[in-house]
Amino acid sequence: MQAAIRSNSSDSTRNKGFWDVDLIRGDFPVLHQTVNGKPLIYLDNAASSQVPQVVIDRGSLYLEQEHSNIHRGVHYLSQKATTAYEGAREKVKRFINARHAKECIFVRGATEGINLVMHGYGRKLIQAGDEIIISAMEHHANIVPWQMLCEEKHARLRVIPMNDAGELLLDQYDALLNDRTRLVAIGHVSNALGTVNPIKEMIARAHKYGVPVLIDGAQSAPHMPIDVQDLDCDFFAFSGHKMYAPTGSGIVYGKAELLEKMNPFQGGGDMIKSVSFEKTTFADLPNKFEAGTPAIASQIGLGAAIDYLNSIGREQAAAHEADLLRYATEKLSEIEGVRIVGTAHEKASVLSFVIDEIHPHDIGTILDQEGIAVRAGHHCAQPVMQRFKIPATARASFAFYNTREEVDVLAQTIQKVIEIFS
Amino acid sequence: MSELSELYQQVILDHNKKPRNFHRNDAANHKAEGRNPLCGDELVVYAEVEDDKLKDVSFEGSGCAISKAAASMMTVAVKGKTKEEAEVLFNEFHRMVTGELDEETEPNNLGRLTIFAGVREFPVRVKCASLAWHTLKAALHEEQVVSTE
Repeated sequence: MQAAIRSNSSDSTRNKGFWDVDLIRGDFPVLHQTVNGKPLIYLDNAASSQVPQVVIDRGSLYLEQEHSNIHRGVHYLSQKATTAYEGAREKVKRFINARHAKECIFVRGATEGINLVMHGYGRKLIQAGDEIIISAMEHHANIVPWQMLCEEKHARLRVIPMNDAGELLLDQYDALLNDRTRLVAIGHVSNALGTVNPIKEMIARAHKYGVPVLIDGAQSAPHMPIDVQDLDCDFFAFSGHKMYAPTGSGIVYGKAELLEKMNPFQGGGDMIKSVSFEKTTFADLPNKFEAGTPAIASQIGLGAAIDYLNSIGREQAAAHEADLLRYATEKLSEIEGVRIVGTAHEKASVLSFVIDEIHPHDIGTILDQEGIAVRAGHHCAQPVMQRFKIPATARASFAFYNTREEVDVLAQTIQKVIEIFS
Repeated sequence: MSELSELYQQVILDHNKKPRNFHRNDAANHKAEGRNPLCGDELVVYAEVEDDKLKDVSFEGSGCAISKAAASMMTVAVKGKTKEEAEVLFNEFHRMVTGELDEETEPNNLGRLTIFAGVREFPVRVKCASLAWHTLKAALHEEQVVSTE
């Protein structure tokens, strides 16, 4: 019943030829509540986005009617669960245009995906003296695993610098690439700055040296179409909970030939063909990388979230988010004392800002009292904060269910923050 | 907005803007660094202890208004106190901001520090208010780095 209502609502969105944000908001139960007596204004989507009713319903359906373990039982429920789980993998395959579903490995999120590549690829194939290139705007999830690997293998971590707008310096990237480079790992979209990096071009440059490229797509997958074949990336990791699915869901995509030659990530059940005390033979892709019972309900939810995104019209959703970013940038720029951090030409709907003499945590607390959820802090990107010589920023990040009216309240409340501290 | 105005009272805003005893002290015989990694608050507390008395206490660093004002008012409050008296204040302050001590009904030595009572309505900010105190305690106990995470 719910599903029928949803598909109606999205049809009418399409038919109207404009983004009916009220209709879309109706899909997200969590948005309809008050916080500190004020209507919730949820602007922390880059940390975790909200979950539409259809995704909640799909997870519940599994728990109510299909719950059992996958890949194990001959019984009815196990087959139902396995079909739903593998069905979600097919949806992911189409969502990122992978060649094969087996190239889409279910993980807990982008962080686990990157760690899987670090362990499976890095620990097997990277040696002393080798170099790994990352960028100055990476999330800690795409820094720390490589640092750990470099320390273990006596390899070297190289960092592509950025300019004051928060754009990577591609000539510096060229200068870093050399025949010792073994891997490039870069974020598609910066969670702290919003910058959209020219990854297709960067991947092509790395491939000239025969270097594989991992893309951290945690912030891009929710906002733009991903085509891993067109990008020609070797690995692509993203989290479900930043794209309207439950936490605990996510994907790391890898080209089959690379995944084949990698070591498994974790050992356990479900990732083997046969086990004896003398020798274990690992399972084929993707099971080789999926030891133990996964977050079945969450991953099935990821499949439902992909269906939902496809149903609402991604282009219109992206256009609405771009409008919100433009409008918010304009509104906040008008306020004296507010400085926007991250002014790249190509940006996703992430708006980091600081206010003269006011710490982002104080901004965050005051906004919260008015029902506005933003992130205040270093956004797990401390090197970015160091680059801009600030301890932290406040960050408003928009999803397609946010409105211009919410941006207006944000701007008014920022004025109020400044008044309190004046 | 009432809880908010409890939190950001004029005195707190004033100490944030013009923190007292806000300088390094090379003569200090006790010193510790305090960090709140979640917020990025970082401060160093210096204490000059003579005959068990806190002859001078100062701090430097950066942080939110609550952490800075709390550090500033702490230095004012503990200066001239004995180490033991400072520990008593630490405990009372900590119990107040975590909601265990009702400063209006329970006898205490907090004085002007009761201005931080409003922090207990903001659980995520308790660490901001208590960072300087944890750091002072660490300094007096000869620990060099303390983290409120």
